[in-house]
Amino acid sequence: MPTPPSSSAPALVVDNLRKTYANGVEALKGVSLTVEPGDFFALLGPNGAGKSTLIGILSSLVNASGGDARVFGVSVNQQRGKAMQLIGLVPQEINFNVFEKPFDICVNEAGFYGIPRRIATERAEKYLRELRLWDKNQEQARTLSGGMKRRLMIARAMMNEPKLLILDEPTAGVDIEIRRSMWQFVSGINAAGTTVILTTHYLEEAEQLCRNIAIIDRGTIVENTTMKRLLSTLDSETFVLDVSGVPGELPALPGVNLRRLDDHTLEAEMSRAHDLNSMFTALSSHGVTVTSMRNKTNRLEELFVRLVEQGRNAKSAQEQAA
Amino acid sequence: MNATGNLVALGTIVRREIVRILRIWTQTLIPPAITMTLYFVIFGKLIGSRIGTIEGGFSYMQYIVPGLVMMSIITNSYGNISSSFFGAKFSRAVEEMLVSPMPNWVILLGYVTGAVTRGMIVGALVLVIALFFTHLQVVHPLITFVSVLLGATIFSLAGFVNAVYAKKFDDIALVPTFVLTPLTYLGGVFYSVNMLAEPWQSISRVNPILYMVNAFRFGVLGVSDVNIGVAFVVMLLFVGGLAAVALHLLKRGVGLRS
Repeated sequence: MPTPPSSSAPALVVDNLRKTYANGVEALKGVSLTVEPGDFFALLGPNGAGKSTLIGILSSLVNASGGDARVFGVSVNQQRGKAMQLIGLVPQEINFNVFEKPFDICVNEAGFYGIPRRIATERAEKYLRELRLWDKNQEQARTLSGGMKRRLMIARAMMNEPKLLILDEPTAGVDIEIRRSMWQFVSGINAAGTTVILTTHYLEEAEQLCRNIAIIDRGTIVENTTMKRLLSTLDSETFVLDVSGVPGELPALPGVNLRRLDDHTLEAEMSRAHDLNSMFTALSSHGVTVTSMRNKTNRLEELFVRLVEQGRNAKSAQEQAA
Repeated sequence: MNATGNLVALGTIVRREIVRILRIWTQTLIPPAITMTLYFVIFGKLIGSRIGTIEGGFSYMQYIVPGLVMMSIITNSYGNISSSFFGAKFSRAVEEMLVSPMPNWVILLGYVTGAVTRGMIVGALVLVIALFFTHLQVVHPLITFVSVLLGATIFSLAGFVNAVYAKKFDDIALVPTFVLTPLTYLGGVFYSVNMLAEPWQSISRVNPILYMVNAFRFGVLGVSDVNIGVAFVVMLLFVGGLAAVALHLLKRGVGLRS
């Protein structure tokens, strides 16, 4: 019995999804996760972790070896066509005919979803304008820059106005200005109600944009929580301080591990519970004036590396014990 | 998708294919017309004038016109779908269709319709060129049309299967070179198989192109080396068989889905 898309169902339920490729590589080892409607969800993992395989199964480009995924309650295995109506995919690799024009690429995409040409042309203009590609709409896609090609894939993915938009490393190799404009667009789409799943290697993007997060490594989910909760588990932070002058001998500050980087830069590692004012006061009393300060690394990046390493260490310990 | 949605999707693929054929008309339409003109001049006029009449009192030129028209339809249908679908696979643009809700039969029908359209356009061009060299009167218009349609469909489906399995551009050139061309030349395009001695006459009857060429020749000239009913049964069996194979490959995702 076909299931109609349900507005109360989660946007995505991945249930014990497995994938073993013909060459024996086990890309997914029973992945399960849930994404709520309206969420902006980060799916992070190192290269080869299984992110693209998972997205491939969700978009029906990869056949699962076991398990199922449901998009708004509709099974990808059982009702592929209905599930695909609900999904928009921005893949990692450029996958349009570069000899076609952006306008035609978008209109044709809508046609593949059964959307009448009149509506398709309206939507193509709307999304190409919003993604600042309208002035290129009649030029061959091969003449577009890398950033334009990526924006074109976002415009194309919007042609069926999906309830679930999946972005697989959409900003890879894109300059900061275009990246920001892309996120502005996607944030707007999310604010309007579209659920967004994002994979990226730019972790500051994920930290700024996403409310929930799953970290996958070697085909297994190693963390699945809210971004806020995950960041709160970070127990220490490291700051880089630009200072007016570094004394010959570094002052000993309680609760702060201070290191000299050069004559005008210090690195301060401290517990997250430690207040910054006391550090500034202590430094000031030793004649050191802090002129500016920044995080040494992105907070999520630190956690990401730690979780992946923890997962791998635990696994190798298990294997050794066995 | 509902019936209307499927129709929109089908129209999108067909439209895209026809736009592609017309956009690169110097590659898709002109070369076969030039090749066939050379065939008409060399085999039809120069050599054919020394052969005299053949099968049913037709001049050699009149006799080979249906065969050459069918040959151009077959090779162009096959070439269109194999290069277009493999090109989409190679550039990964095929993923646009694979991630859409379109059923597999719509994808197949869309590409086949595009390929048959090119075959028909080229066939019509060759026929018009032929009229500069000889006169023809189509004896059975319906049989002529249906045999063209079936012949083009068979080789569109075969080209699609070839493109699905192909991993590199060489793979889509292998079948036309080593299978299609020999079968076409040995399929009674230039001669009547009745002229062959045994066992070659019997062996020739295993060649599916023989039935297509003769069905078309029967439609145009009213003469055929094979029973016309048998020819249509053979063609329909090939259409059904190849369509089943192509749909099975799409369902399994062979060469398309991991």
